[in-house]
Amino acid sequence: MSPRTLAAIEAAALPILAVAAALLAFGLFAAWGGYPPLEVWRLLFVGAFGDAFSWQNSLQRAAPLMLTALCVAIPAQAGLMVIGGEGALVVGALATAAMPYLLAVPAGIAGTGLLLVAAILGGAAFGALIGAMRQWRGVNETISGLLLAYLVINLFKHVVEGPMRDPASLNKPSTRPLEESLLIGTLPGMDVHWGLVWGVIACAAASLWLLLTTHGFATRVVGGNPRAAGLVGLPAHRLVITACALGGAAAGLAGGFEVAAVHTAANASVISGLGYAGILVSFVARHQPLAIIPVAIVLGGFGAAGSLLQRRLGMPDASVQVLLGFAFVLILAAEVGRGRLRWPGSRSRSAA
Amino acid sequence: MEHKQWNRRQWIQTTGAAGASLVAGAWPLGAQAQSPITIGVIYVGPRDDYGYNQAHAEATAKLKKMPGIKVVEEENVPETQAVQKTMQGMISQDGATLLFPTSFGYFDPHMIAIAGKNPNVRFSHCGGLWTAGKHPTNTGSYFGYIDEGQYLNGVIAGHMSKSKKIGFVAAKPIPQVLRNINAFTLGARSVDPKITTTVIFTGDWSMPVKEAEATNSLADQGVDVFTMHVDGPKVVIETAAKRGKFVCGYHANQSKLAPAAYLTGAEWNWSSAMNSIIDAARTGKPHPNFVRGGLKAGFIKPSPYGSMVPEAARKNADAIKAKMVADQFDIFAGELKDNTGKVVIPRGQAFKQTAIELESMNYLIEGVIGKI
Repeated sequence: MSPRTLAAIEAAALPILAVAAALLAFGLFAAWGGYPPLEVWRLLFVGAFGDAFSWQNSLQRAAPLMLTALCVAIPAQAGLMVIGGEGALVVGALATAAMPYLLAVPAGIAGTGLLLVAAILGGAAFGALIGAMRQWRGVNETISGLLLAYLVINLFKHVVEGPMRDPASLNKPSTRPLEESLLIGTLPGMDVHWGLVWGVIACAAASLWLLLTTHGFATRVVGGNPRAAGLVGLPAHRLVITACALGGAAAGLAGGFEVAAVHTAANASVISGLGYAGILVSFVARHQPLAIIPVAIVLGGFGAAGSLLQRRLGMPDASVQVLLGFAFVLILAAEVGRGRLRWPGSRSRSAA
Repeated sequence: MEHKQWNRRQWIQTTGAAGASLVAGAWPLGAQAQSPITIGVIYVGPRDDYGYNQAHAEATAKLKKMPGIKVVEEENVPETQAVQKTMQGMISQDGATLLFPTSFGYFDPHMIAIAGKNPNVRFSHCGGLWTAGKHPTNTGSYFGYIDEGQYLNGVIAGHMSKSKKIGFVAAKPIPQVLRNINAFTLGARSVDPKITTTVIFTGDWSMPVKEAEATNSLADQGVDVFTMHVDGPKVVIETAAKRGKFVCGYHANQSKLAPAAYLTGAEWNWSSAMNSIIDAARTGKPHPNFVRGGLKAGFIKPSPYGSMVPEAARKNADAIKAKMVADQFDIFAGELKDNTGKVVIPRGQAFKQTAIELESMNYLIEGVIGKI
């Protein structure tokens, strides 16, 4: 096998081994807590991928994570660590809910499209702001992204529970619900909304863009070595800000789906940590947009399985956090093993 | 393990006649009029939060001990697609036929959406404003007039406050919360009209850091008796106690957290509400769509008085409580002004607890220092 094939196998094998180790550790942890480990493992599988309902449960949970993970992954390809995806999601949600207040949105699919475009533009503006502050003012994008997220979350609450509040929403302050014809339904024959399709499309498109286009390649060059990129005359500012805007657009779209497909209005329930969960997904996928798809599904599966564990075994919700903790620590720790796996019949990489 | 036994039992139930006779044999004869049932309870926070969720978890723990009832529970379920999946999972994976989604935000759109897809399952939501004609008949809501408990909290606070300044740490300025703030203040001012309540809104239901800051800030301003309306009162109670102040509890009994500071509290007692809904489901009666009650119905109860509460205060509060139970007491009666001086309830008008006007309260009464 060529070193390239080996590297690819290794890249896939390391996280899979890490997840297996995490499941093993979690079983022992559960046994220590007095729960039967075999039953725990069985329920984890049944809850996540055991039948059609479980699959749909996992996929539904994965859909927004794909989009919010892109908000970390795309800027990461340009060398930036943006963790303010929750903010982009919130801006997207607010933009979606605000459209009917600002203009007469046409009924039906055209109107829905308009709402989602607003969500994308809102998220993109949020991402671009982070990138622009970093490139032109030297503000650290990790910090500014996080702080801007806090800022827009509070702004969101102020607007939703103040000027844009629907007077009929008494004890759950919300904006006016979207008209029925603007809401996004489920995929045919499934109980999963269309956000899943757009999540997969966005991840695939981002991957193709990074791998196959000149612009995507230039973005990766800037991310790999900004000075070299400058020497060959790449427009680093423009590339970085574009990457941040694209990432923000993806998370903004997630916010649009949360409003138009799930909540029907903007309210504080939209702020549920999907943006932060996306950070984990992107890191585990090592910021590779295509890898985000399976990682998001696995993470969604953990959520779905955790639900069943609670209901069947009475395990506390925190136990799933423990499983996630095991999984992510081990996946990140497995990076140490990169380039060190020995395959039977092959010589070590350093000798090759 | 209990769950294994249950899985087997569930399997037997679904295998038809042979199983049915076994199941019938497994329960006492007296319970035969009521068919066995699986109930799902969903919490937005942890079950041991010393507050809103714990109040429900305590009632659920009692349900679990009843024959013929199987309970499935899930905690920390956000008000998103996740709760829709949890509800559907309880129905399709666990066979639940009655669900109690207990967080306010579960009602619309989540519970309504899942109820539409499962017309044979009953849904009973805590706090939602169920409206005939608008919401499906297999859904409904239950809630308690806990402002009665907050009024009694206020009476005790009025007796105990030396500074005549009492404090209220609140989540959001929504009608349910405003009603509690106003009731607490009216109770205190019934003892001494000079008393003022200072209110701080933290902005959300579970904001432990802000709740601690608000409590400290109020203590610095001279407040010496506290109460609250947040999901988990633990932080406010512990902080107030640490500052040497008194506190009245909310949602559940928190006296264990600060026995020397805990005067009394307004507690939920969900068992009676849940039992009536469960009985209807097991005997095939129509689903109770709109269930409300206060002290009289046993939906709420005061915590036992702390040892520091003097006899005079206890007597006063007990007398008012007796009137409330006898339906002879209206908390919101005219003339009542808001804290900007505007008359909100004219002289001669009094609202019964069932009055729909109280469900959309949007003012802070005279004596409350704070802004919506």
